[in-house]
Amino acid sequence: MKRFLVAALAVSAISIGGLRAATAPADDRAITHVLNRIAFGPRPGDVERVRAIGLDRYVDEQLHPDRIKDEAMRGRLAELPTAQMSRREIVESIELPQIDMRRERKQQPNGGDADDPKERNPLRQRANAIVVELAEQKIVRAAYSERQLQQVLADFWFNHFNVDSRKGRDRFLVSEYERDVVRPRVLGSFRDLLGATAKSPAMLFYLDNWMSADPAGPHAPLRAARPFQGRRGREPERLALQNKNRAKKGLNENYARELMELHTLGVDGGYTQKDVTEVARAFTGWTLENPRQGGGFTFDGRLHDPGQKVVLGHVIKAGGGESDGEAVLDILVEHPSTSRFIASKLVRRFVSDTPPPALVDRAAARFRETNGDLREVMRTILTSTEFRSPEVYAVKVKSPFEFAVSALRAAGAEVAAGERAAAPAFDAKLLVRRIRDMGMALYQCQPPTGYGDTAEAWMNGGALVNRINFAIEIARGDRQLADTLGAPAFQKR
Amino acid sequence: MLSRRIFLKHGACACVSLGFAPSFLARTAFAAGGAPRAKRLIAVFQRGAVDGLSVVVPFGEREYYRARPGIAVPAPRSGDDGAIDLDGFFGLNPRLAPLAPLWSARRLAIVHACGSPDSTRSHFDAQDYMETATPGVKRTQDGWLNRYLQARRDEQAAPFRAVALAQQMPRALQGPASAVAVSDLAHFGIRAGRAGVDTGASFEDAYAAARDRVLNGTAREAFEAIRMLHAADVSRYEPANGAEYPRSPFGQALRQIAQLAKADVGLEIAFAEIGGWDTHVNQGSIRGQLANRLDDFARAIAALVADLGDLMEDTVVLTMSEFGRAVSENGGGGTDHGHGNVMLAVGGDVRGGRVYGRWPGLAIEQRYEGRDLAVTTDFRDVFGEIVVRHLGVANPAPIFPGYAISASRFPGMLA
Repeated sequence: MKRFLVAALAVSAISIGGLRAATAPADDRAITHVLNRIAFGPRPGDVERVRAIGLDRYVDEQLHPDRIKDEAMRGRLAELPTAQMSRREIVESIELPQIDMRRERKQQPNGGDADDPKERNPLRQRANAIVVELAEQKIVRAAYSERQLQQVLADFWFNHFNVDSRKGRDRFLVSEYERDVVRPRVLGSFRDLLGATAKSPAMLFYLDNWMSADPAGPHAPLRAARPFQGRRGREPERLALQNKNRAKKGLNENYARELMELHTLGVDGGYTQKDVTEVARAFTGWTLENPRQGGGFTFDGRLHDPGQKVVLGHVIKAGGGESDGEAVLDILVEHPSTSRFIASKLVRRFVSDTPPPALVDRAAARFRETNGDLREVMRTILTSTEFRSPEVYAVKVKSPFEFAVSALRAAGAEVAAGERAAAPAFDAKLLVRRIRDMGMALYQCQPPTGYGDTAEAWMNGGALVNRINFAIEIARGDRQLADTLGAPAFQKR
Repeated sequence: MLSRRIFLKHGACACVSLGFAPSFLARTAFAAGGAPRAKRLIAVFQRGAVDGLSVVVPFGEREYYRARPGIAVPAPRSGDDGAIDLDGFFGLNPRLAPLAPLWSARRLAIVHACGSPDSTRSHFDAQDYMETATPGVKRTQDGWLNRYLQARRDEQAAPFRAVALAQQMPRALQGPASAVAVSDLAHFGIRAGRAGVDTGASFEDAYAAARDRVLNGTAREAFEAIRMLHAADVSRYEPANGAEYPRSPFGQALRQIAQLAKADVGLEIAFAEIGGWDTHVNQGSIRGQLANRLDDFARAIAALVADLGDLMEDTVVLTMSEFGRAVSENGGGGTDHGHGNVMLAVGGDVRGGRVYGRWPGLAIEQRYEGRDLAVTTDFRDVFGEIVVRHLGVANPAPIFPGYAISASRFPGMLA
């Protein structure tokens, strides 16, 4: 163990980009930089391994995760049952029994829980365990997967298409969302990724599109008549507000707005409120089939607004049904604002908080040339002189997740998940709590914006104290290792 | 925005090159030098949607008793089973008795039928809307209390200017202005490693030497905060005036807020939360599930007010919850998600002893969507009045984006 730590220390001394790193050979600094960006930092021996195969070849390998062997992951994730379960399995084995139990309880004369609504019961605990297991899975993959870029990008794209597992039923949907919707597509076509998120139960639920309906249609929610409204001198402004709310009832614009602002065009991408409403109309009827039985996407024509829509100047003819939504996604992906917005977000993640404009231009152009081929956009960024420039070494503050995982990797620490967790390995559940204490509750970012990707998003006094304490904890009494992992240089990548 | 914040803060500190204690002393000296005393807001979030109709009971409404045959709080009568009469129409749940003396002393004000213009009955969305103070807008990134901190940029900002006694930073305080989330003050600090050496000092040196301004500045705040807590000796604390906090998490959170307020560490905004209000089944009336939560809630707030003593002159405690509950009880002896709700405000400049807001009535045709207490006061008007009249912000517009905040709509509960 001791020898292991000494070896780890030697590597982390190189990897941290601080004073000692400056004395390392130039190519080792470049390798460390790349490992800090397209991986979650170097483990003991990683710099040597990359040097042996060559940096360019390493980057190319990482761009093709399907060609990288990663067999050890299966065993490491074996004790996290819900992380492998389908949505339907989770719903049937955890959500439905919970609903049944609540119903039975309601029918009992005294309800059984009159005094303690938070009473521990195994079903509730299993439901809570889903998101913890998912977070454990994320830590284990980031710490050990050989497909490091894929894990980095899964983190990036989940955050881009953020859903919060705490919203209603989303906790039952989010495992599948990350595993089957996001991760397989992070180096594929952006249009495919966008379409898959649009039809995912997790997103349909999170941004409310599943309940959005044509206000004039047969299934618009019934509104109680309010004949006495306005009596007793209500001020006109409030009355107007209420009328506005009433007019909107049925049509839900949440998904339409975030689709343009956060998923594709960006906030200054050139759309209007009128476009938001038109897009929302196009997506009416994109809903869930039997949501309570774990059903997936379905198109329900009875909720759909069949009229003509005009989106960003493009006419979508009346009567298109389900294809209206697909037409909107095509329009958005082909809009130049989308290529720029996606390119600048990726460059901010991989290069600098202030993305070099020339690189954003080239990455955006590549996005347009390849119809949004994310592997080619990534290749443009990762082979650019801007990305490889020593000026951008260690300029990014790590997110709490990145910090925690890079510390585990640098220390060569063992992590174990689920029932496998036993000393001396660190229990992944404990790490989930530590990362939360540093300000990042995994899968629980409330706004659809996702977490921020700049230094100011992560640095505050309480979080920094917890980061330093985490370094001390991981070092397990090794003062020198604690100093390395808790140092200012190790906060950056 | 970041660079400006850091520049302002550390530009201001740069003249004090000797480290942390001098800027702390300088601020204390400044505070003692006759500058206006800082106002404080202690925000309490009742997560899960408290049943406001059981908190401040409209016992004067026949419809209230008709809609709730099993769970209504009885009208005031002799003995301690009925509501505590406030004004002949409204009464306090008897389990809120610890707050009754504050009403009599005119330091407790109530705003009823208060809430959001948005119709959502999702806890998740409604809490989000209330904490960002942008109902209907999900993408707002910062909370309203953080926007207050931004609006009142304080170049001498203390590390404990804004504190959430919570494990996670609540949405209301998230944003670019500094705030601290801490669940236990006694454990806020650098832990010694297993080797037992004092590692804290060496980290402080390392970060003081860091060239990165964000890291350097954040660390300066963090170590100053640790030093302040150490100086204030928070681990040994005796509440004043015989205040007895419940041993519950909420009681302990308020106790720690009182500690910080008294420790003179620059506390301006404090945030605490209390859950267990989502009473769909077996809600109870003057006894039972809800009553037990109210007991904890009231005893903790009463203890806080007693403990703070004269400091309450500059303090407002404001309670809020994401929405109210349906007027009629359901088949399980509980209540389902509703709309309008009640807020309580306690403080020195509160014009207490009055229920504010127009009462919309509980008859079916007076209800929101035929089922819930209607909203006659937008919760942003309550927040706005606190921001303007208590915290003294001249231009509250940036704190309430998308809302034409106007004093003409304030409930009028502050002097």
